[in-house]
This record gives sequence, C-alpha cells and structure tokens, in this order.
Amino acid sequence: MAEAEFIKGNEAIAMGAIEAGCRFYFGYPITPQNDIPEYMSRHLTDVDGTFIQAESEIASINMLLGASSTGARAMTSSSSPGISLKQEGISYMCGSQIPGVIVNMSRSGPGLGGIDPSQGDYFQATRGGGHGDYRTIVLAPHSVQENYDLTMKAFDLADKYRNPVVILGDALLGQMKEPIRRRKYRKKEFPKDWAMTGAKGRKKRLLKSLYLSEGELTDHNWMLNKKYQSMKREIMFETQFMEGAKLVVVAFGSVARILKSTVQMARDRGMKVGLFRPITLFPFPSAALDKISHSIKNFMAVELNTGQMLEDLKLSVGHKKNQVDFYGRPPGSIPSPDELFHEIKKIYKKRIG
Amino acid sequence: MAMIKFRRERCKGCGMCVSACPKNLLVVGSKINRAGYPMARIDDMKSCTGCALCAEMCPDVVITVFK
Amino acid sequence: MKQTFKRPKALVDIPFHFCPGCHHGIIHRLVAECIDFYGLREKTIGVASVGCSVFLYDYFNADVVEAPHGRAAAVATGVKRASPDNFVFTYQGDGDLAAIGTAEIIHAANRGERITVIFVNNTVFGMTGGQMAPTTMSGQETTTTPFGRDLETNGFPIKMSELLTELPGSTFVARAAVNNPKNLMKAKKLLKRAFEVQTNGEGFSFVEFLSACPTNWKMTPKQATERVQEEMIPYFPLGVFKGGQE
Ligand SMILES: Cc1ncc(C[n+]2csc(CCOP(=O)(O)OP(=O)(O)O)c2C)c(N)n1
Ligand code: SF4
Ligand code: SF4
Ligand code: SF4
Ligand SMILES: [Mg+2]
Repeated sequence: MAEAEFIKGNEAIAMGAIEAGCRFYFGYPITPQNDIPEYMSRHLTDVDGTFIQAESEIASINMLLGASSTGARAMTSSSSPGISLKQEGISYMCGSQIPGVIVNMSRSGPGLGGIDPSQGDYFQATRGGGHGDYRTIVLAPHSVQENYDLTMKAFDLADKYRNPVVILGDALLGQMKEPIRRRKYRKKEFPKDWAMTGAKGRKKRLLKSLYLSEGELTDHNWMLNKKYQSMKREIMFETQFMEGAKLVVVAFGSVARILKSTVQMARDRGMKVGLFRPITLFPFPSAALDKISHSIKNFMAVELNTGQMLEDLKLSVGHKKNQVDFYGRPPGSIPSPDELFHEIKKIYKKRIG
Repeated sequence: MAMIKFRRERCKGCGMCVSACPKNLLVVGSKINRAGYPMARIDDMKSCTGCALCAEMCPDVVITVFK
Repeated sequence: MKQTFKRPKALVDIPFHFCPGCHHGIIHRLVAECIDFYGLREKTIGVASVGCSVFLYDYFNADVVEAPHGRAAAVATGVKRASPDNFVFTYQGDGDLAAIGTAEIIHAANRGERITVIFVNNTVFGMTGGQMAPTTMSGQETTTTPFGRDLETNGFPIKMSELLTELPGSTFVARAAVNNPKNLMKAKKLLKRAFEVQTNGEGFSFVEFLSACPTNWKMTPKQATERVQEEMIPYFPLGVFKGGQE
C-alpha cells in the first residue's frame, strides 16, 4: 500500500483526473474550487496535457465538448454559478453522446449567494439541469479519498456510457485536508468508434443533437432514456449501523460525513439509528432504500438545503405509510455533529419514543 | 469547343449563372423541375467558351463544364 | 473533352436546402474545393454552428461535430488542442459569431488558436426568420427593426474583421464576397491562404464572407447580389486585413 499523503480535497480531484488519463482541462476561476485549475495548470504540462483558462464557463464547457469529441479524456470544473452557465453545453453533450467530466464544488445560492458549503444544486445535478430530457451520472464523494477515487471512476463511466459525469462536492469537501492513499489506476478502454479523428479510410462521423425527420427525435430520446436506465447498474451507496435500526438517516456528501459522528453518538446513547449514504445521486439508490423500507419504517433526510434529495427519498420509500422526516440547513453555517444529534433525537422521540 | 451540363433537378432557377455568363448565353426558362423551380438552360452551346463562370457562381453546384 | 469544373469531392452529393440564390451554397463549395485542393478531407474536423448553415455536417464528406449556438470557436479550440494534426474549421453566421458568440471568437483569435474560421455575414438572422443581426446595416429593415435599424438605439453594424485584426493573436484576417465572378476569384485566393495559415501551423485564420440572403432581404437573387456590391462592400471593405503574404 502506498503511504498516506495529506491532500486538499480539490487537489485530490485534480490528481485523480490526471491519473485517470485526463489530458485536457478547461476552466474559469471561481471560489471554492480554484485549487483544481491551479493544480491542473501546474501539473498537466508534466504529462504533455493542455490547460486553458477559458474566457468563461460557457467557453470551458464547449472546449470540453470539443476535446472530448476527439475521444480524449477531458474535464472542466466550477462552482454553482459557473455550473449554471455550463448547462446548455452539458445538454448538447448528452444529446450528441459526448463524454466528459464536470466537477461542481458547489457553493451557496441562489444568485451570488456565498462561498459556504451547500447542497442546493442537487436538483440541477440530478434532473439534467439544462434543457431537454436528459440525465448525467452524478457522483457525490464525502471525503478527500473519495474525491480522488470517484474522479477516476468518473472518467471510466463517462467513456462507458458516452455521457457526461458530474462530481458534486461542495466547499467543505474542496477545502479540507485529509490523508489519502494513492492507488494504481488501471485505465479501462472503451471503443471510441464515434470520435472525431478525420475520416481517413472510413466513413465520415457526425456528432450532433439535431434530429428533424419524422419520429427521429422521439427514437433518439427513448434510446437515451434506455441508456439512463441502464446506468442503474452503477448505483453505489454506503450504510452504517443498519443492524436493528429503527430510524434511517439518509444524507450525501459533506453532511453525510458529519452525520457519521452523529450516528455514532446516537448509538452510544442506545438510539437505534442507521445511516444510508447515496454515493451515486443519479442513478439514485431507490431499490436499496425500498428494500430497507420493508423492515424499517422511519426515514429522515438531512441536507444542506431546504429539501431536495428528500423528494428522491420519498419517491423511493414514501409508499406503505413510511415516515419520511427532514432536517434542512440552508447555507450560511455548517451544522455540528451535536446540533445534528439534537435534530435526530427530536425525530427519534416523535417516531419511536 | 466547350460544353456545359446542368443537373437540372438541382436547379433553383436563381439566375446567378445568367448574370455570370460573359457571353449572355444562359436563360432561366419557364420549364419547372421536380422540385418546382424553373430551370436554367443554354440554347447556343456553340458559343460557350467553357470559362466556367456560370458554374462558379451557381450556389447549388448544378453546372459542370467540359472543354 | 475534359471536365474542367466539377463538384468537389469534399461535398456529399445531396442537394443543399438553401433558398434560391443564397450565397451559403457558393461558400460551402469554396470551402470544399479548398479541402480537396490541399488533400485535407481525411484530416478535416468541421465544427458546425447554429444558423442556416447548421446542416454543414450533412454536406461535408468529413467528420463534423455540432456546436451550440455561438460556441463553435470554443468547440474548435477543444478539438484542435486535443487533435493538433487535424485540420479544424468552423463555419458560422453573423448571429452565431458576432452576437451570441462574440466572446468565444475574440478569445479564440486572441489565443491564436490554430483553427480556420469561415464567417458568413448576411446582415441578418437567416434561420430564425430575418431578425436584426449585429451586422445589420443602418436603416435596414428586419423583422425586429421594422422601421429600419436605428443606430441611436441599436448601435452600429459590427465589423468583425477589423476587430479581430487588432488582436495580436490573430494571424490572418480577410474579408471576401462572392457576389460576382471577380470577387469570387479573389475569395478563393484568400480562403487558400487561410487554409495554409493553419496547415503551416502559423496560427489563427479568419475569412469573413459577405453573403446574400435574398429571402430575408425580400429581394430577388439578382437584387440581393447587387445589394452586396452597393450597400455592403462600401461599409464592409474587402481585402486582406492581416497576414497576406507568408
Ligand atoms: C442559445 C440559442 N439562442 C437562440 C437560438 C436561435 N437561433 C438559431 S440560429 C440563430 C441566428 C442565426 O443567424 P446567423 O448566425 O446570422 O446565421 P444565418 O442563418 O443568417 O446564416 C438564432 C438566434 C439558438 N438556437 N440557441
Ligand atoms: S445558378 Fe445554378 S441554381 Fe441558379 S439558375 Fe443557374 S443553374 Fe440554376
Ligand atoms: S462556361 Fe462561360 S461561356 Fe459557357 S455558359 Fe458558362 S459562363 Fe457562359
Ligand atoms: S434564409 Fe437566407 S441565409 Fe438562410 S438559406 Fe435562405 S437565403 Fe440563405
Ligand atoms: Mg446571418
């Protein structure tokens, strides 16, 4: 095993990307993710890669579209307002089936909001975000190690499905430092028989999203939908203390990380609380939650927003008269494990006694 | 000796070739092609020099030139 | 007899959808001829934009990727950086390049991206039905300037070639027209030079084509062609602005 190194969350993403063979990075500065472009600008040259500080997030996403269209591994990163600007490009990439990795170290909104950690972009990330009926795979790390590991995975998934993959972190996950273990990445090769390489000795290729003939776009949308459905096999989640649990707290990303301490506190006090952490937000681990809901009836979503993932949780377990409670902390401050314990205790008392 | 050929189904009757011909040999007639456009034609092929200016100016690559 | 003028190989043998007398067809053919002339077909990656030329990907017998409206220069940047040995061109209208895509074209030129940009200025948004473009002439009636473009409220028709010439990053900038055989022959030369600037690795090349849109100008093709001469060329002068000779 490699020795542990102390790394900043944002840098772990950049390192993971380069190790996964990302050779093109396009971005526009925005707090709290600037360590990513800064790292890329310094280290991509070591591997003959290209870094461009673009004129905007719009330009960045379209440069990503262009570079990825040649079959190369490429990435852009930003934070919430910048991710809003990228949405049209992401929609085109989905429509044209062009892979690419998009990192959102999200900050608080709406508008300029602030730079605090926030999970307010859950809907934007998991519902497509831009125009048209499309989805991106969304990975939600909760530690620096996962920032690194999931970034590598993101490149494989993007190539595998010919689809953009979003990594949804936040200011907390970008800024904190933690030891990580580097691992040897084995690149998975996927056929790139669609890539722009010049029509040498073969028929020309087209990457486009415009379909005008009768029925063509209907078929295209169903084909894409089938692909999004097939992504279910990539579902990832983590559970803790599920044995005999009477209340399952469901949370992702930074707040799930804080909740790990909270749930431990609850168990120490004899409360039967478990933790369910979705790692893929799209596709959402609905089937797993549904299964759990056959034996456990009480769920509680905790998010750094006013209730977004909550809807997916309700869709997954909301039938059969299960109880789904919610604690939301919109951006401005991060809840401590104690505060969260207090909130969980309230629900636990109400539902279980 | 020169000759031009029209790909008549592609003609849109725009008349760009008519204006281009230095010898004024082309006209857009009243005959309509399958696409519904009147077609350009040449009546006096013998006077054609094969300069290809008509073909150069045709937006729809209707004309080919032989010399 | 030998065939002295034929359809370029880089053009797929299907009819154009353009209106009668639309110069897009001529400009498409000139680009295809250049691709043939330099033997670049198998190395070409085209970047299609959104406008009347959106079907470029059907017409060129080459790899083509579609860019969102206005972003072709950014897409081409990504393509060329990732694939520097390919010949990469964009083909963009004046709404695409000079309105929504102004930032992308200026910065691509300023970075000296080794791409070739074909810019078709027809003083109007053709595809969407004839609204004002940034290049619409003073007094020109469009569907959104029903009383003519008023410079007081709409600003001035933008001169993209002149603008890009000022950028130290651009290598070759020229403006051409295809409204008559003489201008068309000059246009061919300029386009060739623009191609060479990329194939020689010299830098960013840009050719603006003044182009007629008979449909939205509400003119016959002949009148539209005359308008290019009489109204457009005096305001948008033709010629090489930068980087004429090697
Ligand atoms: C983001 C976005 N905004 C607006 C449009 C609608 N639109 C399509 S083409 C076009 C303008 C086309 O004009 P131009 O680029 O001059 O090309 P032309 O058709 O004149 O050749 C517009 C506004 C779009 N497709 N996408
Ligand atoms: S220029 Fe071409 S399309 Fe127009 S009338 Fe002549 S042959 Fe027909
Ligand atoms: S080739 Fe020249 S002379 Fe002959 S018809 Fe065409 S323009 Fe006229
Ligand atoms: S609308 Fe104008 S630019 Fe578009 S195809 Fe017709 S003539 Fe050409
Ligand atoms: Mg236009």
